[in-house]
Amino acid sequence: MKFGVVVFPGSNCDVDVYYMVRDVLKCDVEYIWHKEWKLQRFDAVIIPGGFSYGDYLRPGAIARLSPVMKAVRDFADEGKLVLGICNGFQVLTEAEMLPGAFCRNTHLQFRCSYTYLKVENRNLPFTREAQPGSLLQMPVANGDGNYYVNEAQLEEMNEKGQVVFRYVNELGEVLPQANPSGALENIAGVCNERGNVLGMMPHPERASDTLFGSEDGLVVFESMMNYLAAGKG
Amino acid sequence: MEITLKKGIHDPQGSTVENALEAMEFKNIERVRMGKYLELYLAGLSKKEAGHHVEEMCRKLLVNPVIEEYTYTLEPFVENDMTG
Repeated sequence: MKFGVVVFPGSNCDVDVYYMVRDVLKCDVEYIWHKEWKLQRFDAVIIPGGFSYGDYLRPGAIARLSPVMKAVRDFADEGKLVLGICNGFQVLTEAEMLPGAFCRNTHLQFRCSYTYLKVENRNLPFTREAQPGSLLQMPVANGDGNYYVNEAQLEEMNEKGQVVFRYVNELGEVLPQANPSGALENIAGVCNERGNVLGMMPHPERASDTLFGSEDGLVVFESMMNYLAAGKG
Repeated sequence: MEITLKKGIHDPQGSTVENALEAMEFKNIERVRMGKYLELYLAGLSKKEAGHHVEEMCRKLLVNPVIEEYTYTLEPFVENDMTG
């Protein structure tokens, strides 16, 4: 089982994700430079956070033109797992592999803080190990985390279980105070219709070791690992 | 060309500027919306071709149609226009 971590100029969570997969998950992992276009050797690809191409024009808008993104699209079309974290999520929306788009946070701040997440869909390769009703504590760190999608599409996504994570308070309530960015309906993570591509704004790799203060993010990677180990990759 | 957030999409930058202007006691401000301004210098194209070109560039890269809309005008230019 092999994970790949995409590296764009300006990625800055690539090393964190690499560490998490290799040293915490104990899985094989390799960096993928953005000029690469062959991904056959991987079972799952992670697009990490950062500021690819300086966030110029719009976050993710330039990165999605990289050769690797065409390969990532083909990879996803084969049903393989793709996880985009923070800027990786923005890249996936710009590449139209996930619905929606990102605006500036409503308070205009770059917000770096812990959030609680409610798992809305536990039937995914990314969430299958989450306990029913459990809340996950993970940090966000972004200036453009304000998720938007039009009303018709939102309804469809809610029906199809494509809203995967929502920001909640410590009691699990979906409240505006629990929303770090102004994201529509407190949306923190969404998946494609097929359920093999997930984007999330919070950083599970920054909450995957007791040293970091929370291990709740590990559930995302363990879910992927167990899904792949079960031969469903 | 000008790229702005679509109507109904919250524009926190515009609202902040609006609040600041009001705090300075500028009156009669109905609303402030902020956007992006781009100058594209195209050579060797008719006006019609340039229009097609710009629209294709908007569709493929410059504008995210989920949240943004755009307007543009086409004008002839001389070398001196291209500053910076």
